[in-house]
Amino acid sequence: MSDQKQHVWSGILFGIGLMVVIDEVIFHQLLQWHHLYDQSTTSVGIIADGLLTSFGFFAAVFGLFMFADLRKKSATRWKRWIGSVCLGAGGFQLFDGIISHKLLQIHQIRYGVDILPYDIAWNLFALALIIVGAVIVKRTPFNREA
Amino acid sequence: MHHEVSLPGTGFEVTVILIGLTLLITYFAAYRKHTHWPVYRLLLWGAGVLLAVVSLAGPLAGSAHGDFTLHMVVHLFLGMLAPLLFVLSKPIELILKTLPVLKARKLSAFMKNSRYLHVLHIPATGAILNIGGLFLLYMTGLFNQMHSSLVIFILVHLHVFLAGYLFTHVILEMDFTVRRYSFYHRATVLVLALAGHKILSKMIYATPPEGVSRAAGESGAELMYYGGDLIDVALIVLICYQWYLHRQRKYAIQPEPLNVI
Repeated sequence: MSDQKQHVWSGILFGIGLMVVIDEVIFHQLLQWHHLYDQSTTSVGIIADGLLTSFGFFAAVFGLFMFADLRKKSATRWKRWIGSVCLGAGGFQLFDGIISHKLLQIHQIRYGVDILPYDIAWNLFALALIIVGAVIVKRTPFNREA
Repeated sequence: MHHEVSLPGTGFEVTVILIGLTLLITYFAAYRKHTHWPVYRLLLWGAGVLLAVVSLAGPLAGSAHGDFTLHMVVHLFLGMLAPLLFVLSKPIELILKTLPVLKARKLSAFMKNSRYLHVLHIPATGAILNIGGLFLLYMTGLFNQMHSSLVIFILVHLHVFLAGYLFTHVILEMDFTVRRYSFYHRATVLVLALAGHKILSKMIYATPPEGVSRAAGESGAELMYYGGDLIDVALIVLICYQWYLHRQRKYAIQPEPLNVI
């Protein structure tokens, strides 16, 4: 894998993992908006959620080790990496917002309230992250001679 | 379940402690024989033996019979943490390095030629034995039967430990293994197995095993879920760190042109 690409993949994986962990910590543990399990959870939901969380943990750790590897073998351009993190985080959030929340109905963002504003804010924020990430990555090419 | 607290009995506990002592003494003897074996591996082995023993004998093991949350503590110790400590202390490598050369060669050749061990060493086999066994334990009547039959109790706990050890051993490939698999292969199986563990803990949360109350099932399942997370992260960090070290070794062998900036 070229260093150019390794920046992006490392960032995307870490971004995905970061979002999964943030979701676990903020929404599950601190705000307790959604829980480990509620009676409406479908079996598809349980399976999908298990796979996503498990992959997210792996992605967060592996992304960081890929970045460490990059630092050892050549050099790093932080901006390009951070842009890729935004790309991964936004991409995962959008996936979560559309596929998990709406199509598979794994769980909602919050219960007992009008969900529409939450959904709109969630997905718009995801889109914004993707756009910002894509712009940064585009503007910060990486080659060792530069 | 409280009326069955007397199981599995003093004879069983004494046996467990004796096995633990034997494991400790054997490892220590090999450690003394080997001149450069790091002391931290001896400590890891000791910690692993201690965790396995307290899971099966003594006050924690005794209370775990009537208390589903404590049962999950035992499950995490015996099926995940103790196996991890055992794998990190590399017992098979130590045996091979301290046996007389000819015997060590015979043993490693026997292990490498054994079809049975090769099948066991497929990462998916370890994952299925480990996670599949847990599904059987908690999703069928087995959990309830385990508390009224000493034979089933011993078989279940032996399986939980051995399957946990096999899985950790094969996924991490830190000790001597009969066959090597690629990082991506092992990582995929690890992610799927961890997902299985999470899925099972939610299923227990939703429908606790027979004889376990709803509240006990919920707190036990939560412990299984979040406690499992901690050990999962340790496994993930270890497997990724090995990937990293492997890459570094590659650069060391051929420094050109990768290190030119």
